[in-house]
Amino acid sequence: MAITREEVLHVARLARLALSDADADRLREQLGDLLEYMKQLDGLDTSGVVPTSHAVEMGTPFREDTVLPFGDPEAILSNAPDREDGFFRVPRIIED
Amino acid sequence: MADVPVHEWTLLEAARKVREKEISSRDLTGALLARIERLNPGINAYITVLPERAMAQAAELDEAQARGELRGPLHGVPMGLKDIFCTRGVRTTCGSRILADFLPPYDACVTEKVLRAGAVLLGKQNMDEFAMGSSTETSCFGATRNPWDVTRIPGGSSGGTAAAVSAAMAFAGVGTDTGGSIRQPASLCGVVGMKPTYGRVSRYGMVAFASSLDQAGPITRTVPDAARMLSVIAGHDRRDSTCADVPTPDYLAAVDRPVKGLRIGLPKEYFESGGLSPAVKAAVSKALSALIDQGATAVEVSLPHTTFALSAYYLIAPAEASSNLARYDGVRYGHRAKGASGLIEMMSRTRAEGFGPEVKRRIMIGTYALSAGYYDAFYGKAQKVRTLIRDDFTSAFGKADVLLTPTAPTPAFRLGEKTDDPLTMYLSDIFTIPCNLAGIPGISVPCGLSPEGLPIGAQLLSNHFREETLFAAAGAVERAVPLPRVSPIEG
Amino acid sequence: MEFEAVIGLEVHAQLLTESKIFCSCSAKFGAPPNENTCPVCTGMPGVLPVLNRKAVECAIRTALATSCSVQRKSVFARKNYFYPDLPKAYQISQYELPLALGGHIDIELPGGTKRIGITRIHMEEDAGKLVHEGEFAGAQASLADLNRCSVPLMEIVSEPDMRTPEEGGAYLRRLHDILVYLEVCDGNMEEGSFRCDANVSVRPKGREGFGTKAELKNMNSFRNVEKALEYEIRRQVELIEDGGSVVQETRLWDANAGVTLSMRRKEEAHDYRYFPDPDLLPLLVADEWVEELRKTIPELPAEKVARLSAGYGIPRYDAGILASSRALADFFEAAAALYRGNPKTTANECIHWKDVILSGRLSPGTIAHAVEDRESGTISATASKKLVELVLETGKPIRALRDEQGLTQLSDASALDAIVDRVIAASPKEVESYRGGKAGLLSYFVGQVMKESRGKANPKVVQETLKRKLG
Ligand SMILES: [Mg+2]
Ligand SMILES: [Zn+2]
Repeated sequence: MAITREEVLHVARLARLALSDADADRLREQLGDLLEYMKQLDGLDTSGVVPTSHAVEMGTPFREDTVLPFGDPEAILSNAPDREDGFFRVPRIIED
Repeated sequence: MADVPVHEWTLLEAARKVREKEISSRDLTGALLARIERLNPGINAYITVLPERAMAQAAELDEAQARGELRGPLHGVPMGLKDIFCTRGVRTTCGSRILADFLPPYDACVTEKVLRAGAVLLGKQNMDEFAMGSSTETSCFGATRNPWDVTRIPGGSSGGTAAAVSAAMAFAGVGTDTGGSIRQPASLCGVVGMKPTYGRVSRYGMVAFASSLDQAGPITRTVPDAARMLSVIAGHDRRDSTCADVPTPDYLAAVDRPVKGLRIGLPKEYFESGGLSPAVKAAVSKALSALIDQGATAVEVSLPHTTFALSAYYLIAPAEASSNLARYDGVRYGHRAKGASGLIEMMSRTRAEGFGPEVKRRIMIGTYALSAGYYDAFYGKAQKVRTLIRDDFTSAFGKADVLLTPTAPTPAFRLGEKTDDPLTMYLSDIFTIPCNLAGIPGISVPCGLSPEGLPIGAQLLSNHFREETLFAAAGAVERAVPLPRVSPIEG
Repeated sequence: MEFEAVIGLEVHAQLLTESKIFCSCSAKFGAPPNENTCPVCTGMPGVLPVLNRKAVECAIRTALATSCSVQRKSVFARKNYFYPDLPKAYQISQYELPLALGGHIDIELPGGTKRIGITRIHMEEDAGKLVHEGEFAGAQASLADLNRCSVPLMEIVSEPDMRTPEEGGAYLRRLHDILVYLEVCDGNMEEGSFRCDANVSVRPKGREGFGTKAELKNMNSFRNVEKALEYEIRRQVELIEDGGSVVQETRLWDANAGVTLSMRRKEEAHDYRYFPDPDLLPLLVADEWVEELRKTIPELPAEKVARLSAGYGIPRYDAGILASSRALADFFEAAAALYRGNPKTTANECIHWKDVILSGRLSPGTIAHAVEDRESGTISATASKKLVELVLETGKPIRALRDEQGLTQLSDASALDAIVDRVIAASPKEVESYRGGKAGLLSYFVGQVMKESRGKANPKVVQETLKRKLG
C-alpha cells in the first residue's frame, strides 16, 4: 500500500517524532510494505463481528474515595530534566 | 565457593539448600555474581548488575534466617528481572535511551512480590527496547547473545532474561510477553517460559508496551521452577484494573499431575505453515509422542483465522504502544534534547534521539492506524479480527484440553540476520501471537535440539486460567525428553 | 435582516470527591505545586488507573437529576495529544459511549419556562496547570504544576437550544444550583470547579440550519459568560452584515477588554486518535445501583421554588432567591415553622439576611422571633433590624437583647393616649390646618409622637390614635 511522504510527515508530527529526510524515506517504504501486508485483513468479512478490546470480560473495578498521599513529591520531581521552585520547567510553548 | 556447582542447581534446589543451611544466601549470591562477572561480558544479558545491593540483601536474608525468620519460598535465592519492571531507586531503562537514567520512586507489583518472597535481586536484564522485538537486538545497551551460540540471537524481547537463566547467571527471571516475548526467547535459549492468562499477574509498575496484551511471567530452567515462580508473582492487585480477582492455585502440585486422558489438540494451521523448519517439526513430534506415551490423546483442531493474527497484532500492539509511549516527552523524566528553541521542537527531538528505529517504526504504524480516516480500516478491523481469533480458541478448547504447537518456526537465527527486514522479523512470532490476542496462557518447554545443537521449544496453550493443565503437560514433556538444563557456554 | 443566535454550552464540573479519579492523591485545591501528585497522576512508566467509585456516583446522581438515561455500559477512551500539562500525553475521557445520554433542564425566563436539552454527561480527568514566565505569547519558558492532573471532572454538554445570552446565563445558573444541591460539585467558578465553554453561531431568524460556530473559552463567572455571548453574537452578526463570514475557531474571552480573541495556535488540526483505554475495563452500572442512588436525590431547585411559592404563599421570585441555595431554603423553612404567622415577612427577612445566614451566623429562631415580635407590634421594623445586628455582635438571644435594650414598642393605646394628647395640645396651628383639610400633616403628628416616645411607639397604633383624636 503506497503511503506518501506527506502522510509520513503528518503522522510523525502527530507522534512528535523529528525525522531526518533519510528517516522519512525509509519509513515511507517500510510502512508501505507493512500496511500492504496488513491489507490482507480486507479479505476477511467482519460484518456483524463485535470488536474485542480486552480478552477478559468484566466490568472495571472501583477504588473507594480515600486519600493516600504518595508523600514524596521530591522523588517525583528529582527525575525532571529541568525544574524550578517545585515545578517542571519546559521551553516556550508558542514558537515563532 | 568456586568448587560448588551452583549452576547445576534448579531454583527449587537452591531454595531448599538455603532453607536447610547447606549454603548461605551470601555464598550463593556471591557465586552467581562471579558467574555474571565472568560470562556476562560475552552474553550481555544484564543491563544493570547490582553486586553491592545483592550482597547486602543476601546478608540481611541470612541474618533473618539466623533469627528463624524465612521470608518466603525464594528466601535467599538470587534472580533477575527484565529491565521493564520498575525497581525503586534502581534505574529502570526498558532498553531505551529515553529512560537510560530513570530512577523509579516505586516498585512494580512483580518486584514487590519477588522481594517479599525472599529473592535476592542480581540485576536488571536486557531486552528489546520497550519490549519491541524478537531478538533483543534493539536494546540501546547492545544486543544480547545466545549462550548456546554467541553468534546467534537469544530471541526477544525477554532475551536478556532467557539468556541469563540459560547460562545460569540467575536461578530464574521474570519476563514479559506481549506477542511471544517470554516463550520465543525461552524456546531459543532452551529454557522454560510461561505466559500466564491475561490478568493473572499484575501489570502495575511494568512499563507498558501494549496494555491489552502485556503479561508478566517466569523464565526458568525447569517446569517446577516456573510453577514456583508463577505462584509467587500471580494474584490480585487493586492497582491494576485488569488484574483478575481469582485465587492462585498450587501450581507446583499441578506439575506432577498425570496427563492420562488429556486431550492434546494439534492446530493444523500451525503445522501447515510454510516457514516451519523440519528440525522444529521433528522436535515437536517428539514432545507429542512423550505425551501420548503417558496416556494423552491427540486430536486435530482448526484455528481458521491464524493467518490473520499477525496483521491484527501488528496493528493493535503498535496502536496501544503509540499512546503508551507518548508520555516520554522530555517533560517530567527521562532524556530531554538539548538546545531546542520551543516546546514542540523539544518534544520531537527528545523522542527522535531517545527512541531507536524499531520503536519509531511501531509508533508510526500505531499513530497511523488510529488517525482520522484510518481507524475503522485498520485499528477497528483488527479488533474485530481479534474477536474471531478468540472464538477460534474457544471452539478448539471444546475439543482439546491443551493445544500443542511449535513455539517458534526456527531455532535461533544469526545476529543481524533479520534486522533490516521488519516483516520477516515479525514472522518469528507467528505461533505465539494468537495466544496474546485471545488472552489465554501459554508455556514453552524445551523438546529437542536442532542438528546444529540449538534448542527447540514446544508451545502448550490452554483455556483462560487453566495454567495448571499447562504445567501438567509441560512437566510430562520435560520428564520424558531430558535435555541439558544449562547452556554449554563454558563446556 | 434579523438574526438569532444558537448557543450550546459545555460545562466541566469538578466532582466533589476527596481523592482524584484514578489515583489516591488529594483532589483539594490550593496545595503547593506538585504536592498532590504520585507516580500515577504524573504518568510515570508502568502505572495504571483505578476508578474512584464516588466520582461515578456523583456523575450518576447528576444524570438522574437532569433526567438523563444512565448507560449500563460506558467506556473510558484515551484522547491523545501532547501538552506539558498532560503527563500521559492522553486524557482519559469517555467518548463514544458516555455515562449518560439525553436529558434536560427547565429554566425560568421572564416569558415562562423553557426546556434546554442535555446531550450527554461523561466523566474524565482534569489536566494540570501551566504558569508562564511572563506573558503567555512572549514567555520563554513555562512551569507545570500537576496537582490538578486526574482531578475528577464531569462534562455536561447541552443541546444548542439557547437563543440569547440571558437563556445561556439562566441555564448555567440552574445547572450550577442543581450540582450544588446534589453536593456533587462545590460550584466555585474562580477556583475552576465549575467551568463553561460555549458554542455560538448566528443565523437569519426563521432559518432551520446552523451557521458556522465559534467556541468560546475562558469565561469564569456567570456575568462573563453572558457578556462574552453578547459580544460574540454581535461580532458574528456584524461580520455577516459586512459581507464576511464566520470562521470555525476557538476564541478566548478577555474580560478586561470585553472582547473575544481568536486563539490562533501554530498547531496541526487536532486528531485525538481516540480509542478505548486498555488499562480500564468498561464501566458497568447495574440498575440496582442507579435505583439506590435515585433515593439520594434531594428536592431540586425547580421543585423547591414551586413548593415554597405555593406552600407558603410567597411570590415565585422570592421563592427563587430562597431556593438558590439549599441551606437558605432550609433555613427559611425552619424559621417559618417556628413562627407560623406571616411567611412572606419571614421570607423577606431571610432574603435580607441571606449572606449572614449562609455564613452560618444566625439561627432560624432569631429570625422567627424577630418576625413574630414585629408582626405583633412588640418591636418596630427599625428595632428588629437593630436587634438582629446585636445578636450578630454579641451572640446573645434576641429576646434577651430586646428586653435589655428596652426596644419594646409602646402599642398599648392607653399608654400612647397621654403622649398623643400632649402632642395635640402643643401644636394648635397644625391641628387647625389638619382639620381644615391638610391631611398630609398626619405624618408630622406621627413624627412628633415618635420623638416624644423616643422611637418606642408603634407607628401603626400611633396613626390610628391620632386619626381618632384629630377627628
Ligand atoms: Mg472535556
Ligand atoms: Zn496521584
